[in-house]
Amino acid sequence: MADTAQVVEHTARTLRDHLPVLQVLVPFVTAPLIVLLGSRRLAWPLAFIASAVALVISFIMLMEVREGGMLTYTMGGWAPPLGIEYRVDAANAFVLLLISLIGTVVLPFAYASFRDEIKSRDHTLMYACWMLCFTGLLGMVATGDAFNVFVFLEISSLSTYVLVAMGADRDRRALTAAYDYLIMGTIGATFFVIGLGMLYMATGTLNMADMADRIADQGMNRTVRSGFAFIMVGMGLKVAMFPLHLWLPKAYTFAPSAVTVFLSATATKAALYVMMRFTFSVYNPDFAFATNTLEIIFIPLAVIAMFSASFVAVFQTNFKRMLAYSSIAQVGYMLLGVALLTDTGLTAAILHMFNHGLTKGLLFMGVGAYVLRANGSFYTQIAGLGRKMPITTGAVVIGGLSLIGVPGTAGFISKWILVEAALERAPEHAMFLAIAVAIVLSSLLAVVYVWRAFEVLYLSEPDPNSTATEAPLMMLIPMWILAGGCIWFGFSTELLHDTAVQAANGLLQGSQGMLVIPDQGGAH
Amino acid sequence: MSKLLDLQFLAGHAHYLLFIVLMMTGLFIVVDKTNLVKKIVGLNIFQVSVFMFYVSIGKVKGGTAPIFPMDDKYHVDTAAMAGQVYSNPLPHVLILTAIVVGIATTSLGLALIVRIRESFDTIDEEDILAIEQDMTREDNKKHGNAMGGLA
Repeated sequence: MADTAQVVEHTARTLRDHLPVLQVLVPFVTAPLIVLLGSRRLAWPLAFIASAVALVISFIMLMEVREGGMLTYTMGGWAPPLGIEYRVDAANAFVLLLISLIGTVVLPFAYASFRDEIKSRDHTLMYACWMLCFTGLLGMVATGDAFNVFVFLEISSLSTYVLVAMGADRDRRALTAAYDYLIMGTIGATFFVIGLGMLYMATGTLNMADMADRIADQGMNRTVRSGFAFIMVGMGLKVAMFPLHLWLPKAYTFAPSAVTVFLSATATKAALYVMMRFTFSVYNPDFAFATNTLEIIFIPLAVIAMFSASFVAVFQTNFKRMLAYSSIAQVGYMLLGVALLTDTGLTAAILHMFNHGLTKGLLFMGVGAYVLRANGSFYTQIAGLGRKMPITTGAVVIGGLSLIGVPGTAGFISKWILVEAALERAPEHAMFLAIAVAIVLSSLLAVVYVWRAFEVLYLSEPDPNSTATEAPLMMLIPMWILAGGCIWFGFSTELLHDTAVQAANGLLQGSQGMLVIPDQGGAH
Repeated sequence: MSKLLDLQFLAGHAHYLLFIVLMMTGLFIVVDKTNLVKKIVGLNIFQVSVFMFYVSIGKVKGGTAPIFPMDDKYHVDTAAMAGQVYSNPLPHVLILTAIVVGIATTSLGLALIVRIRESFDTIDEEDILAIEQDMTREDNKKHGNAMGGLA
C-alpha cells in the first residue's frame, strides 16, 4: 500500500513495557474490586497485594531510570502530543518508590489501627478509599499529561477527605477538619486548573513536555506568567506551603492514626513533586519570573515556616498535633531546597522528601500505637510509656532523632546537603549565609520539641491506672522497618543520594521536550 | 492603550471579565459566609467560572476540525472558514471531567455537612468554632498540665 499512514505496525510488548501504567492501574482496579466483593476479610489482603505489586513495579522502574533516561508509555497507542503519555524519569520514579513503599509498609499497621479506631462495618470501604487515594498519588506523579495531574489530584484529594472524616468515630472534630480541607483543597485544585487553562490557551497542548517546548519557543507572556502564579498557589495549598497550611494541623490531628501516617508521608510529597515538575520541566528555570518567584517569595516563606511552625510545635500538648506542626516546618526545608535553584539544593529537597517521609511515617505510627494502647496522644496520656512500651518508644526515639537531624540518621544527610547548598551560594549574597544559619537554628527548635516528647515518654511518671502494654506485632514490624530505614539511609547514602542527584539533574535540565524519542511504548 | 478605558478591548474580552467577576463572587462567598451549605454554593460558583473560562477559550475563529482526508481530494477552503467560529472539542471534554469532579466534591461536601449537623447540631461555622474552642479548652484543662503545667 502506498499510504504509509494506513500501515499498522504490531510490536510485541512485554509486561515490562507496561510498567508505567500498571503502577497506577493495579491499585486503581483494586479499589472497585474491594467494593464489589464487599468482603471484610478479603479487603485488607487485596489492598496489601496491590500495594506490594505497586512497590515492586516502582522499584523496577527506579532501577531502570536511575542512571538517566526515561520510560514512556502512550495510552492506547496514541502518540504523545495528542494522546496521554506517562513519562517516568529518575525524579518521578523516586517519588513513586516513596509513595508505594510507605503505602505497603503502613498497611499492616493500618490493619491493627483501623480495628481499634474505625467501626468494623466501615472497614471494607475504608480500604477501597485508601486504594483510591494511593492511586491518585501514584497517578499524579507518573503522568506526563498536565490535565491528568488534575484528575489524579482530585481522585486522591476526594478520597483523602473521606479518610480524614472517618476519624469522627473518635473525635467529631474530624468532620470539620475534613470539611475545611475539602474547601481549601478544592480551591487549590481549581486554581491549578485555571493555571492549566492559561497554559493551554498559550500553547494549545496538554502534554507537559510539548508544553515546555512551546513555552520555550514563544518566550514568556502575561498568560504564561499568570498560569505560573495560579499553578504555584494551587499546588502550594496542597503542599501546605507556609501561609496556605491552615488545613494541615487539624486534618492530621483528627484523622485516624493510620491515615495520618499515610498522608503525612506521601500526600504533601506528591504535590511538591508536581510543583517541582512544573517549575523546572514545564516552565524553564531560565525564565526570570520563575527564578524571581522562587527566590523572592519562596525563600522567605520557607524560612518563616521553618521557624514559626517549629515554634508553635514546641507549645503543643498533643504529640500528634506537635508532629503536624513539625510537618509544616519540614515542608519549609523542602521548599527552601527547591528555591535555592541549584543542583545541590534540589538534591537536598528530593532527599528530604524521601527521608522526611520515612521519619514522619515512623513517628505518626508511634502515635498510632500510643492511641491504641493509651487511648490518646496527649502528653499526659503518653507519660512514662517509654517504660511500658519500650520497643515502640525505641522506634519513636530513632524517628525523633532523624527529625532533628542527628548524625547517623537519614534526617541528618538531607539537612547537611541543604546547608551545603545554602553555603554554596553564600559567595553570591550574604543572605544565603543567613539561610544556612537559619537551617541550623530551626533544627535547634526541633531539638526542643522532640526533647519534650522524649522527656514525657521516659522521665514522667506513668499514669498509675494505665494498662498500656507493648503494641502488637502488626504495628511494631512496620515501625521498625521504617526505623531501620532511617538508620540505614543515615549511613549508606550512595543509593539514595545518587538517585536524588540524578533526579535533580533531570529536573534542572528542564524538559528534554518531545524531541527525545521514547525508548519504548511509543507509536512508531 | 493610552485611553483609561478602552471599550473595544473590554468588549473583546467580555468573557474574561465575566469569568473574573464570577470567580471572585464564588471565592467571596466561600470566605464570607458562615453557613456551611452556602460555602459549598460559593465553591460551585467558583468552579463554574473556571468551566466558563475553559469553554470560552475553546472558541477559535477560522478553525476547523483536525480531520483531513488522506488523499487530499477535498480542498480545504480557508477563505470560507475565515469568518466562522469553530469550537475546539478538547476544552469541552476537559470540562466534562471537571464537572464530574465538581459534582463529586459537592456531594461529598454536603454529606460531610449532614454528618456535621448530626454531631454538632448546627451548620453555622461560628457556632461550630465556639463548640470546638470549648472542646479544646476542656482538652487543655485535662491534659495541659503535662510538663508541670508549663504548657
